[in-house]
Amino acid sequence: MVPIVFKWIVFLVASLLAIFSAIMMVTRRNPVHSALWLVVTFISLAVLYFLLNATFIAISQIIVYAGAIMMLFLFVIMLIHLEKGPEELKVLGASKIFAIVLTVLLFVEIAVGVYYYRVTTFKPGPMPLGDAKTVGFLLYTNYLFPFEIASILLLVGIVGAVMLAKRRKE
Amino acid sequence: MKEYIGILIILIFANLIALLIVGLSYFLGERKPKKVKLEPYECGMTTIGPARRRISIKYYIFAMLFLIFDIEVLFMYPWAVVTKNLKLFGFIEMFIFIIILLVGYVYVWKKGALEWE
Repeated sequence: MVPIVFKWIVFLVASLLAIFSAIMMVTRRNPVHSALWLVVTFISLAVLYFLLNATFIAISQIIVYAGAIMMLFLFVIMLIHLEKGPEELKVLGASKIFAIVLTVLLFVEIAVGVYYYRVTTFKPGPMPLGDAKTVGFLLYTNYLFPFEIASILLLVGIVGAVMLAKRRKE
Repeated sequence: MKEYIGILIILIFANLIALLIVGLSYFLGERKPKKVKLEPYECGMTTIGPARRRISIKYYIFAMLFLIFDIEVLFMYPWAVVTKNLKLFGFIEMFIFIIILLVGYVYVWKKGALEWE
């Protein structure tokens, strides 16, 4: 068994890195830099999932979020006009005040949740919970219907992507 | 948990070696920057405008379709692990899943979205 101190060290490094890279992501002016910092955040979150014994989620986090979704983000950034350079930010616009209020609300919500549910200790789930085998058994027996519905969702996604981005034939 | 320590060791060593190579060449190498040296191209056309331009939306559709089929494959990982235990039932489940997505694939193909016009 891995010593608990070692786990704590990995946890601390991963969570601090996640927070640091999230702050870096928000504060960067260059959107491409922001996107790259977001990759670091996603990978640190994957490490946290590993520590919680959710190994399948951790691997999917890396494959889908840090890989595919980040690629999509970068593509979207490159689709937008960037040659103008970042606009001069207003000191305090209406949208900023709205954003601050929402952020404070979200923070309070999380704080209350953490306080009342007593999430004070870092507790990994039971060992065979998040690996591919357990996920597979649950997904393909108990949660069969959601799995098949997911294919419909993906189908809608395909049609939506084609409808949005494909030039219609005249 | 124990079996994943190997990944951690690889991560640490890969980063160390990368840092070492870049760091060594940074500290030991000699740099005499000149205007011509810093130009992206020594010969050819002179640069016009910034490199950041809008890319075509055609790239976006490929990215989007890649993402969707990536998620489709992600569903197959846990299935592949337990498919021996699920026997024919699991096979039929995945068959329906793939058939539904195959409809999407045929749609994309027929719409000509995979072609570069």
